[in-house]
Amino acid sequence: MAHETAQTHLHEPRSFWTRYIFSQDHKIIAAQYILTSLFMGFVALVLSWLMRLQLGWPEHPIPLLSKLFPGLYQDGVLKPESYLALITMHGTLMVFFFITAILLGGFGNLLIPLQVGARDMAYPFVNMLSYWVFLLSCIVILASFFVTGGAAAAGWTAYPPLSGVQKAVPGSGLGQDLWLIAMAIFIVSSVMGGLNYVTTALNMRTRGMSMGRLPLTVWALLITAILGLLAFPALFAGAVLLLLDRHLGTSFFVPYVVVGGEHIPHEGGNPLLWQHLFWFLGHPEVYIAILPAMGIVSEVISTNARKPIFGYRVMVLSICAIAFLSFIVWGHHMFISGMNPYLGTAFMVTTLLIAVPSAIKTFNWVATLWRGNLRFTTAMLFAIGFVSVFVTGGLTGIFLGNPPVDIQLTDTYFVVAHFHIVMGMGSVFGIFAGLYHWFPKLFGRMLSERLGRWHFWLTFVGVYGIFFPMHYLGFLNVPRRYYGFSGYDFIPPDAQTIQLLISIAALIVGAAQLLFLYNFIHSWIRGPKAPANPWQGTTLEWQAPSPPPHGNWGPELPVVHRWAYDYSVPGAPEDYIPQTVPLEPVPVEDRGGDGVGSGGNGNALDR
Amino acid sequence: MFHPRQGVALGLFIFLFVLVAVLSVASGRWWLPPLASVHGAAIDRLFTVTLLITGVVFALVHGLLAYSVWRFRGDPSRRAAHIREHRALELTWTVVPAIILTALIVSGGQLWLQIHRPPPADAFVVEVWGEQFKWGFRYPGADGQFGRTDPRLITDDNPFGIDLEDPAARDDIFFPAGQGELYLPVNRPVVVYLRAKDVLHSFFVPRLRVKQDLVPGMTTRFVFTATETGDYEIACAELCGLGHYTMRGLLTIATEEEVQRWLAEQLTVADLFF
Repeated sequence: MAHETAQTHLHEPRSFWTRYIFSQDHKIIAAQYILTSLFMGFVALVLSWLMRLQLGWPEHPIPLLSKLFPGLYQDGVLKPESYLALITMHGTLMVFFFITAILLGGFGNLLIPLQVGARDMAYPFVNMLSYWVFLLSCIVILASFFVTGGAAAAGWTAYPPLSGVQKAVPGSGLGQDLWLIAMAIFIVSSVMGGLNYVTTALNMRTRGMSMGRLPLTVWALLITAILGLLAFPALFAGAVLLLLDRHLGTSFFVPYVVVGGEHIPHEGGNPLLWQHLFWFLGHPEVYIAILPAMGIVSEVISTNARKPIFGYRVMVLSICAIAFLSFIVWGHHMFISGMNPYLGTAFMVTTLLIAVPSAIKTFNWVATLWRGNLRFTTAMLFAIGFVSVFVTGGLTGIFLGNPPVDIQLTDTYFVVAHFHIVMGMGSVFGIFAGLYHWFPKLFGRMLSERLGRWHFWLTFVGVYGIFFPMHYLGFLNVPRRYYGFSGYDFIPPDAQTIQLLISIAALIVGAAQLLFLYNFIHSWIRGPKAPANPWQGTTLEWQAPSPPPHGNWGPELPVVHRWAYDYSVPGAPEDYIPQTVPLEPVPVEDRGGDGVGSGGNGNALDR
Repeated sequence: MFHPRQGVALGLFIFLFVLVAVLSVASGRWWLPPLASVHGAAIDRLFTVTLLITGVVFALVHGLLAYSVWRFRGDPSRRAAHIREHRALELTWTVVPAIILTALIVSGGQLWLQIHRPPPADAFVVEVWGEQFKWGFRYPGADGQFGRTDPRLITDDNPFGIDLEDPAARDDIFFPAGQGELYLPVNRPVVVYLRAKDVLHSFFVPRLRVKQDLVPGMTTRFVFTATETGDYEIACAELCGLGHYTMRGLLTIATEEEVQRWLAEQLTVADLFF
């Protein structure tokens, strides 16, 4: 439990540099993470536009783009090698540098200390270091666009030998090295962050904040941080070994190959080893991306339904079950890779099993809405959008997790549809729900809800316009990662029409994000001042001023008396009771230690 | 703050989305390429069953979601119900998905193991070689045995690095990448051994429901029985570099007699090198 240190306030930094730049305050670090990762996400969005322009209007010259991106274009036409760099960097930036960074670095930093009632992270200095190391990895990965041969082009999965042999693809030069180095640096940063999140969530809880009273956001972030700590080092090892293969002649992943007539004398390396290491991180990674979003969505739905989250205990157990299973499903990315097919059956079982806790969570969200008194704030709209995309994208996982069906659908647009909807849009909707919900707490100002609603509708309708038709392309077996499709008779002309419509939808959705950008910047400067508790929430962060001062709380730490979801308690004067309100009229009796109990309180009012 | 009209709009949109999604998929306008293999029929069946099950769940959950956001749209005069959990309901949506998924696991697992059974002894054997960005082929010849290969022996003349010392190599028939066509018999099990010279590739024949990666340094395998004669396209389904999207190959399924006649006309390793 947290130590009450009155000194915390005395240490408030005074200079601009220590207060806003080299800050050790978790809220400033959260803001730094959020701004940096939004920027990275925006870069990745622009990359997807360039891809969609090529796919919608194949090889149609746009001279302006030659001027804007001279390295990627020739005579206004995207070069095929640039297309591969685009898919690689779009995926890498989105998955790691945007989604993972904003969810853990942004929301983890903002919410964990505030929601457990701590003054800051357990290790504020390591926390600051984590951000600056993250920033370094961003600079390295962005720099790779400007080196000879361009950015890495072996896909975000960086499968060797393509990523291991310089001659194999233009981006396999310095671009691939920088990709590997940036990933290694990113992992160092994420480990520093993860240690903080776990320690803070476990050890810095204020009085009364038993594990059974933690908001689901903290549960999700805690479990996610543990996932990251266990999974990321596998990719770190992989990145180091691949660099050795590339430069020091080792043969971990690259066997004896002959590329373009040139003998590359490696000995006994196995490309599948990389796939195992990559997906040992890569699959937990998609849950690293989705679990915090699930936590955010649970919180936003409960608050705006004015109703306790349905089945709190089962929600916690589902998060744990998903996290555990996520470690033993990685082989479903490798059903047709040459991995022993018997091993494939084991991965099939675990993969389809993970659908059970996912289904439980989905039904529990719907049950939370049921008989609620729904407020359609922008955050709520995005949270409901999350449930929709999670269902749509999750169900297609049942096709791909079943190896015979996977034979036909893997490496087609069906996969692109699946992971973009469930993991991409799922995370993004969670992120937007979180940003609209907690922006007032972080920046002390309200976002425009009117612009927010426009942003939501364009995005929600638009992403289905982009990603749903990709299922049709998948049914038609159109392969992914293709620069063009001419010359293939099995692909009907309809496919090009679908590609064109997808591209139009993608440009619209992209433009809608500019709306968000405007709202974000404008509201930050001129938005109306936010009250402490604009959404009438129950959790601790709403008891602090908006934005909370250095040290978060006044001289006394908050004391928790009840679980996080006392909404619409019968007989209560308001439709919410903050966690700090003592249990009246029963004399206050802290039963905080009763674990994942029925909300962990003896609330007389709801009996 | 309640914005009840948003609830109406959201419910309506979700309802329309489900309608469009279900109708567009059910129309069958965009469907798998025509089927032409034995195991492919079982794959297509499992695919269709999965589509039906997930389609029902998709419509059901979205229906509940649409109804909820419309029906329970807020109003300051109302209070939400205070419901924390409901054991029977939660058990239901744990057990029912678990049963459905178990059924899918069992049928999928059986089919998968069936597809990956060891090839029958009388199967037609062929090797497919992938290199940037073309397909090469090798037949074992009359002895049914492939000659040994070693990537160190690869030259322009000997593109697969066949060990000419190996007697089994003498009657092998090979087509360097991009210089031949894959001829295979209909209605007879075919074992395709897959090998890559440079990077990963994936041997994808959409109509045959065949997709298997080629991995340098190891040999992978796929067994299938084609059910229709004709020309088929091979595509590469694993990112292999700059020309990945151009790595198209041709495969002809012909009668057993035609294939044997065609093979008899081809030059062997002995014809080329001795």
